[in-house]
Amino acid sequence: MAYNFREVMSKPERLAPGHRMCAGCGGTIAARMVLRALKPGDKAVIGNATGCMEVSTFMYPYTAWEDSYMHNAFENAGATLSGIETAYHALKKKGKLDETYKFITFGGDGGTYDIGFQSLSGAMERNHDLVYVCYDNGAYMNTGIQRSSATPMFADTTTTPVGKVSNGKMQNRKDLAQIIADHDVPYVAQTTLLTTMKDLYEKAEKAIYTPGAAFLNVMAPCPRGWRYDASDIMEICKLAVETCYWPLFEVVDGQWILTYEPKKKLPIEDFLRTQGRFKHLFKPENEGLLEQYQAEVDRRWEDLLFRCSK
Amino acid sequence: MSIRERMSGNEAVAYAIRQVNPDVMAAFPITPSTEIPQMVSTFIANGDIDTEFIPVESEHSSMSATMGACAAGARAITATSSCGLAFMWEVLYVAASDRLPVVMAVVNRALTGPININCDHSDSMGARDSGWLQIYAETNQEAYDNYIQSFRIAEHPDVKLPMMVCQDGFITSHAVMNIELIEDEKVKSFVGSYEPENYLLNPEMPMAIGPYANSPFYMETKMNQRIAMKNAKKVILDVAKEFEKISGRSYGLFEEYHMEDAEYVIVIMGSAAGTTKDAVDELRAKGVKAGMIKVRVFRPFPGEELAAALKDAKAIAIMDRAESFSGMGGPLGSELKAALMDAGCKATVVNNFYGIGGRDYTVEDAEAIYNDLMEFEAGTKPFKQFRYIGLRK
Repeated sequence: MAYNFREVMSKPERLAPGHRMCAGCGGTIAARMVLRALKPGDKAVIGNATGCMEVSTFMYPYTAWEDSYMHNAFENAGATLSGIETAYHALKKKGKLDETYKFITFGGDGGTYDIGFQSLSGAMERNHDLVYVCYDNGAYMNTGIQRSSATPMFADTTTTPVGKVSNGKMQNRKDLAQIIADHDVPYVAQTTLLTTMKDLYEKAEKAIYTPGAAFLNVMAPCPRGWRYDASDIMEICKLAVETCYWPLFEVVDGQWILTYEPKKKLPIEDFLRTQGRFKHLFKPENEGLLEQYQAEVDRRWEDLLFRCSK
Repeated sequence: MSIRERMSGNEAVAYAIRQVNPDVMAAFPITPSTEIPQMVSTFIANGDIDTEFIPVESEHSSMSATMGACAAGARAITATSSCGLAFMWEVLYVAASDRLPVVMAVVNRALTGPININCDHSDSMGARDSGWLQIYAETNQEAYDNYIQSFRIAEHPDVKLPMMVCQDGFITSHAVMNIELIEDEKVKSFVGSYEPENYLLNPEMPMAIGPYANSPFYMETKMNQRIAMKNAKKVILDVAKEFEKISGRSYGLFEEYHMEDAEYVIVIMGSAAGTTKDAVDELRAKGVKAGMIKVRVFRPFPGEELAAALKDAKAIAIMDRAESFSGMGGPLGSELKAALMDAGCKATVVNNFYGIGGRDYTVEDAEAIYNDLMEFEAGTKPFKQFRYIGLRK
């Protein structure tokens, strides 16, 4: 069935308004969109690693989640959801449950790329029938913008501050979608927030309804950490894709598929210029850093094209 | 008719797991508890039980997955030892706060530093303040009996707390002893099914668990855990009474051995109680009024009850199989001495460390401790409050 924006957006919210996430937060937009991909009759249990999303949506005695929800700790969302999903099969087998449940967990890049990496890897390798959604905002935002292994090169964070002798984070970001794809799970996709949300919605739907483990890596900008005006979020996401900084792809049963190829690849400056965390790169003396950045984006893009047999 | 068998403590716990047939088990191997998940996996592979086993990638995940399964509405278990338990430390607190009645078989082993696979209680004692119920066994029989009773205690509506069922690594986990097993059907009907009030997979009523709860609510959470822990005392005794009906074996919060007129008392936990009982027998044969108390339930701590049982003792040696590095006493020593002080106890009290990292504790050691108690009390030997037993010369 063709994607119908109006229809999708008119589905009831499963993450209700009234939560306390920031205006212009990509994570919340991503979570709401992923939940829309659930069939209305299907029930779900939502997992959540500790982070902004957890502390802002389930402040005792209020929850913004319409579905059953469990937060356990920072680093164990994968294992916790593994247990819930396994209990579902156990109760089904014993005839104690008729309803269909789906299992989705949300984690930021801190809880996913870093402290929760082992737990995620275990859940993926065991191929539990669940979806792990990483809302990747490229730093530990909840604790105040410290670098993570998802932080892009040269970003100014509170543990990689730009200073007289520092240009921000010195390392490239870890490519987690590729690492999870190497776990040989049935479905991995990378996406972000784009105009009609078609890409995110369709990938979420596939992730939820593909039997077995699925991983979605969603670039989800953070206005505080990236330093942009809340209203610029969609433009930033678009530029991330058009510069090939954040390519859109799927890995279906080991097959790499490029889901969008820009007609004209824009220079990386167009993406970097939108955010305060890269401001220092535009000083005249840092021209070399921009060149280095472009070379890195190009290298990764070529590598992806090769994987996708382009 | 009960079944007479010979088996190790690990086999006994695995046998109980087969009889209980829990919904989910998640576990990661660590000596000396590894055999338990291995045996359960074999039961599953042979179709003896339909438990879902999650072969997780770490103990942190075994506890996390067990918690997820339990919150989902399943009866969920795990097993571990030593560093495995230490690796779970953070989430142990979450399990207790979430009021998830997870049952964990703990096969006690020293914590690494240096690495040591043998028994002491530093692993579970390290988790003593996590909000878990803790019960300890002297023998394989007790490990089996405690395990069967644990579900009724942990899942009781007045309790709803996770529970560690502890036994001594290698000493009971691997040593084969005679054991009396209860028939499958009797165990099944004793344990019953797990029927939580609220759970994630309840189609009628979704549940959210694990909130952010700052100062306006956090303290009440802790108070409620405290109330549940205190309620557990009665529940443990009630369950023990019912268990006696199907097994003929009686259990309390602790066991008293020749305490009716005892003047010199050792208070101890776990398998070393058996060794101490032999010393008591030998001293009694010589006319010494020796007695022993074996603490079975450490959480909740039966402080008042212990103090009452010790009220006529002249001298008491409290035995700790774990250091707490306060430079003073161990966990059992510190807590029991506080309880004795509250009760106005005037006895001479010492606190000994023994069996750390699997160091032998012999009948001769126990006898020497009783002799010291007599000398300390008579003032014929300089009093030494804290001591390591069986140190190399």
